[in-house]
Order: sequence, then structure tokens, then C-alpha cells
Amino acid sequence: MIPGGPPPHPHRVRAALSRGLGQWWRMLRFGAQMLTLAGSHRSYRGEQWPLLAQQIVRATLPNLWWFVLLAALASLVITRIVVVTAISYGLSRYALEMVVRVLVLELIPLAAAFFVAIRYALPAGTDIATMRARGVFEAQQAQGLDSARRELVPRVLAGIFAVLTLAAASGVVALLLAYVVVHGFSPWGLPGYTRTVGHVLSPAVALVFLLKTLFFSLAVALVPPASAMADSARAARSGPELQGLFRMLAAMVLIELGSLMVNYI
Amino acid sequence: MDEPATPAPPAVPVTPAAAAGGAALPPELAQQPRAEAKATMLLLMMLLLVAGSIVFVLYARGAFEPTQQLVLVAEDSEGVVVGMDLTFSGFPIGRVRRIELAPDGNARIVIDVPRKDAHWLRTSSVFTLVRGLVGNTSIRAYSGILTDPPLPAGAERKVLPGDATAEIPQLVSSMKDLVQNLTRLTAADSALAGTLDNVQALTQKFNTPAGPMAALLGGEAEARKISQLLDRSNALLARLDGLTAKADTQVFGQQGLMQDTQATVKQLNALLGEARSSLQKVDGVLAEAQAVAANARVATTDLGALRAEVEASLRKVEQLVNEVNRRWPFARDTELKLP
Repeated sequence: MIPGGPPPHPHRVRAALSRGLGQWWRMLRFGAQMLTLAGSHRSYRGEQWPLLAQQIVRATLPNLWWFVLLAALASLVITRIVVVTAISYGLSRYALEMVVRVLVLELIPLAAAFFVAIRYALPAGTDIATMRARGVFEAQQAQGLDSARRELVPRVLAGIFAVLTLAAASGVVALLLAYVVVHGFSPWGLPGYTRTVGHVLSPAVALVFLLKTLFFSLAVALVPPASAMADSARAARSGPELQGLFRMLAAMVLIELGSLMVNYI
Repeated sequence: MDEPATPAPPAVPVTPAAAAGGAALPPELAQQPRAEAKATMLLLMMLLLVAGSIVFVLYARGAFEPTQQLVLVAEDSEGVVVGMDLTFSGFPIGRVRRIELAPDGNARIVIDVPRKDAHWLRTSSVFTLVRGLVGNTSIRAYSGILTDPPLPAGAERKVLPGDATAEIPQLVSSMKDLVQNLTRLTAADSALAGTLDNVQALTQKFNTPAGPMAALLGGEAEARKISQLLDRSNALLARLDGLTAKADTQVFGQQGLMQDTQATVKQLNALLGEARSSLQKVDGVLAEAQAVAANARVATTDLGALRAEVEASLRKVEQLVNEVNRRWPFARDTELKLP
């Protein structure tokens, strides 16, 4: 609102609110449709498999090595900082636990989700918006093709798969690097290290971690295409990436807050 | 599964370009023949990572090793959390599985001890629950005698509290008392301060020419009197010396008192010897007197019998006289004459 300007008309506020809620509702419906289609075996068989394989390779392979490399570097630096700080305060026994909690449980899933969102999901949302604007879906439906299953489901599944793979790979790399930083290349620290990891990953924490990563992947994979499909034609023309990014960020913040509340409150 | 309303599957063959979604995919990727193989490899890698991670976490949480249960009973389970370690000599040998409240109000801490580590716990083992000032609570086991029988599975033991923080309130209270006492001691009007003032005054007096003597006695005049007293005492002692020498001569000399005393003692010894012989004679006399007394006692006994016999004889003589009187012809006229 511009300071000193006239207050917005109540009808406009109500209209904007109902429009926003309507878009979220359409996105939810779109997400439910996608998940339903993803649950069907027909989305993975026959001519669907090459489409899905292409999207999986496109979403995961170029990002995997870069992300693992960046995550390894960040893990190395953060682990070193945490360990050195903990030793200087005489709390070295808690250093490893803190590294596992901060790095593997909190930072890596979030970073993986952002990486996939920026490198794959948002461009995929833009692709869908472009195809929608060009009328590709109508043309495919006119040819009798299942455009949702052909174009949207592979992108959604590829986004989910990419987030999960990146998080898993970089989590394993971070755990290995944390061991090397703390114990060096000696195998004698393994029992204690294993015990510490097991201590941190209690059933509740592990479940929250898995659910959080899954919901991150769903948010990243579903929100940009859903935003592209749910927006009106005028909104789609005015910047679908930005709309998708905002909605995805909102969803991720909610998921992160929820997981933090469950874990630490 | 109820699928959303979507167009029917394509009845016509689909070209690769159409399958790639037109402008949606870059042409180089769409034409890549090995995309499916790569996707399969990625899927396998993903499955491997997830399965490996799950197995590792399960192994790390001890899901694959056989365990035995140990129940520790504590009055207060504060600080104890599920998953906490039981340590022996600093090595974790067990893990808290659950904490429950027993019907008697005590906390029951159920611990899983892997069987390979259970031999460290013996029937004589002692368990402590230590709450540190910084950091978390720890449960420790101490086995003094490792030759004792091993702790049986499901054993229930009392845990000893080793709480460092529990002592703090008491310590603070004691410290407060101590500080109060110190404050009272070091106050300006305290006894200690007065004593110190007196000590200072005393030491100042020590520094005067009269010195410590004047300080102790309260003045120079007194100190001077003491000095005079000492001089006179010295003179008296000198005179006493002379007196002692004279007494020595008179008592222990050739013509001294001691010689006479020795002679007197000798005479006394002789007198005592004579007295002893006299007493022995008296002893003999007394023995004889004792014999005489014994004879007299026997004679007295015989006199009793003699007396009885004399009394009997007298009674017979009386009877005889009575009989003679009765039979005597010129007996008394016993006839009564009437006037």
C-alpha cells in the first residue's frame, strides 16, 4: 500500500483474497491429480517410461555432481568450524552430534530442494506455462493424447526423484566427510561414530527427516507446474516463474517450520 | 484408484517428437538414446543409497544385535532420555530403551545391554546417575570385582544418585553463612577490628624506650619497680646461696646433724630388737593363759554335772529325813485337843 494513498476498496480486498484462495485450491487439486496419476502403473509403462526417463535424467544427472560437490565443500567447512569451535569450548563430544543434526537433518534437504527448484522445477514450470500459452495441450487432446500424463506427470516425478536423490547422496557424502574430519582416515572411530549417528537418528527424528524431505520434494515438484496450470492466462503472461517461486517458497517455509516444531518443541 | 478425468490414452501411434512434448524438451536430450539406461542407473543408485542408509541407521541403533535387559530404579529420572548411553569405564555398553513410573513412585529406567558387552556387568556392579553442571546426565556402571557372577538378564538394580548440582543449594547456603560471618568479623566495629587496634597500640608501645615491659605492666614506673624487684631478688638469691652453704655444713658436715641422726637411728634399731624379744615372751605367756582358760572352761562344764549330782543327793537326803520324821516314835503331837 502506498503511504498516504487511498485505502483499498473492501470489494477489491475480498476479490483479491478469493482469487488467491482460488488459485491455491486449484493448485491443491492439480497436486492431487498428479499424485493420483503418479500412483497409477500406466504412468511408468509403455511409452511413458522413455518420457519419464528423459525427465529424470534431465532433472537429476546435471545437478547431481554439482550439488554433491558443493555439499561436500560446505560440509567440510561447516564440520571443521563446528568441531574446532566445540573443541575450543571443551564440548568436543557434542560436535559430531551437532554436525549430523545441523548438516544432514536440516541444511542438506533444504539446499537440495532449492537446488532442484532453481535448476529444474522452475524452468519446468515455465515450459508448462509456455506450452499452455501455445495451446500444445489442446492440440494433444485434439489428437486424443493424454497430455497430463505425457507432459506433467514425468516432470513432477522427475522433480521428486531429483530432490530425494540429491538429498540422499549429499547426506551420505556429508556423513563420510564428517567422520574423516573428526577421526581422520583411522577406522577406530567407527564404533563411536556409528553410535553417535544412531543416537541422533532416533525413530522420531528419522521419520520427521524422511517426511520433511518428501514434502520438500513434493513442494518443489508440484508447486511450479501447478502454479503454471492454475494461474489465469493474464497472470501466466505476467511472470509464471515468479508466482511459482513465491508459492514454492511459502510451502517450503511452512514445511521447515513444521519439522522444526515437531523435532525441537 | 480413482483417476482424474483425463483424455483417453492415445489410439494413434505417437512420434518421438510428439512424445518429447514438442518445445518442452531440448532436442539433444530428446534424441539421447541412453536416457533410459541412465535413468535406470539413477534409480538403482537411489535405491541403493536409501536402502544402505536405512540399514546403517538400524545397525547404528543396535537393531541387529541381541540384547539383554537391565532395569535401574531411581528416585528421580530427571535428565534421563530415551537413547541415552550406559557407560562403563567411559565406553557405552548399553542404551536406555524406555523410562516408566513404577507403582511405588520410583522411576524405572529400562536399558538394553548388548550381550557382547553384558560380561562387564556383574552381580556386584554399582550404577550411578550423574548430573553434571554442564552437559547432559550420564548413567555409569562400576564393576569392582570382575570375577563375580555375571548380572542375569532382566536384573533390577538401584541406581545411586551422584548429583553434582544437588549439592549446590546447600553449598550456597553454607557459603552465605560463611560470607556473613566474614563480614561480621571484618566489620569496623567488630571484635576482630578492636583486637587488631589493641594489637596495634601494643606494638606501638613496644617501640617506646621502656619496651615491652612497660607495655605489659601499664607504665614506666611499674617497669622500673619490676627492675628493682629483679635486683633485690638477685641480692636475696646471693644471700640464700650463703645460707644454703652454711646449712649444708651444719647438716651434712663432720659434726653435723646427720651424723647424730644416724647414731640415734642405730640406737632405735637396737631398742626395737629388744622390744621384739619382749613381745615374743609376752606371746608365750598369752599362750599359756589361753591353755589355762581352756582348762577352766572344761572344769566349768564338769561343775554343772557335779551340781546336778549334789542336787539329786540332797533331794534323796530330804526324802530320807521326811521318812524318818514320819516314822519317828516320839514324833510331835499332832493330835488336836478341843478346849
